[in-house]
Amino acid sequence: MSANQNIGSLSGRSKVVSNKKMTFAERIYLPAIFGGFAITLSHFFKKKVTVQYPEVNRPFSEIYRGLHVLKRDDEGRERCTACGLCALACPSEAITMIAAERKENEMNLYREEKYASVFEIDMLRCIFCGLCEEACPKEAIFLTNVTVPSDLHRSDFIYGKDVLVEPVDKRVDISHRQTSEVLAFKKDKNQSHNS
Amino acid sequence: MDGNYILYKLILASVILLISLVVAMYSTLLERKVAGFIQDRLGPNRAGIGGIFQPLADGLKLFFKEEFMPGTADKFLYILGPSLTMMIALLTSAVIPWGNSFIINGTEYTLQVADINVGVLYVFAILSIGVYGIMIGGWASNNKYALIGAIRAASQMISYELAMSMSIIAIVMMSGTLSLKDIVDQQHGMNWNVWYQPLGFLIFIVCAFAECNRSPFDLPECETELIGGYHTEYSSMKLGFYLFAEYINMFISSAMIATLFFGGYNFPFMDSLNLSHNALTIIGSMVFFVKIAFFIFFFMWVRWTLPRFRYDQLMRLGWKSLLPFAIVNILITGFVIMIKNHM
Repeated sequence: MSANQNIGSLSGRSKVVSNKKMTFAERIYLPAIFGGFAITLSHFFKKKVTVQYPEVNRPFSEIYRGLHVLKRDDEGRERCTACGLCALACPSEAITMIAAERKENEMNLYREEKYASVFEIDMLRCIFCGLCEEACPKEAIFLTNVTVPSDLHRSDFIYGKDVLVEPVDKRVDISHRQTSEVLAFKKDKNQSHNS
Repeated sequence: MDGNYILYKLILASVILLISLVVAMYSTLLERKVAGFIQDRLGPNRAGIGGIFQPLADGLKLFFKEEFMPGTADKFLYILGPSLTMMIALLTSAVIPWGNSFIINGTEYTLQVADINVGVLYVFAILSIGVYGIMIGGWASNNKYALIGAIRAASQMISYELAMSMSIIAIVMMSGTLSLKDIVDQQHGMNWNVWYQPLGFLIFIVCAFAECNRSPFDLPECETELIGGYHTEYSSMKLGFYLFAEYINMFISSAMIATLFFGGYNFPFMDSLNLSHNALTIIGSMVFFVKIAFFIFFFMWVRWTLPRFRYDQLMRLGWKSLLPFAIVNILITGFVIMIKNHM
């Protein structure tokens, strides 16, 4: 007897191999073969799992984390103030931005004095974890249930403000991604951004 | 033998050639569909309705692929390989009775290109040459993997040919003829050979799988060990010929199984229908093709059900199980025939 058997398996998961002789039914293969036929035939008539993608979309969860959106406030001004917290929070360093100062005639475009003149997310780096959303103090960035479309060149995956900022006339509903804590925070009049 | 007769045979041969090619073409689609359905998928369905143009697209793709020939390959044999495989795959269809006969204006037109009285022998002769296409292709590529694949294929096909022929001998003993048409005619109605030769049928169908290099005996092709087997160095339509010949072989094998064991164009209650001879022939041919279609499906069903054999298991099954069983089958058949004759 080998020493192994006395000690037993350290993981407790080892199995004793059975080398028993095959029975006659096992040796002629046929019963097992017909069993296999029955299984494959039953699958032949089963409902198929294929989703016909371009025509049919797999239903996403309400809180699916897909393509980002840069929100505007109720008056249509960009909420982002280019604080860089999302870029800091981003574990894959997908977000870059350049801050700029708001001019007098841009009061209706940007909510605060500072805004992001360039805001880029590299969709190939992004892992859609949603940490940017969590980090944002201005309720500016959210993930939506839109998937990032495929493209041919790596450079085409760097999305700028032209894609990310929501259009004024086509607002993106992100209410389902806002937790009750977030909503309470938004309504808190002590916070400057709600004043 | 008048001109009319020759013209008729020419047309028949062309039609059968066409049917073989179209059936093989759509077998490739069916294969992918069956694979998909068995794996809970849909299979190709984008090219045309239900993927009906998929085989055309596949063929077109192969035509437009780069025609690459290794510099060290034997040019003549390299081209001969796939051509031979394709030709041999198509040759067998000449002796298969695709239907009974049409009687038009008192002349009988049989739906068989050549009713030679050694049809079974002819089939085996063609089958044996089938090895050459693969062997020549594998050798001419001047690639060790292709050569090993070809050797594997050759030894597998030769091994299983023996047991296959042995299982047919029992049928020949029973029917006392080598003509395929006579063998079919003896299986009138439901008097099919499979009821008398179940063991022979089992051996034959297993060997048919091995002869066609189909799963579970698809050892000549394996990506992990041989990078593709005997057609490693082939590309474009030459590769297409090899792959296509496999499907033609499958069609012909199914036709042979249906002919030898399942009554060919005979079907139950064919006498009680009170139909004319010509109408019966048409229905019989359709029944024959339904049988063939079932066996083609069966080939695919097996492929997507069973894991492949290991090479030593393959050889053991061929030499130590199927061949002895085939011989025993011959002995039993001979014994029964002897008892019957003396009663």
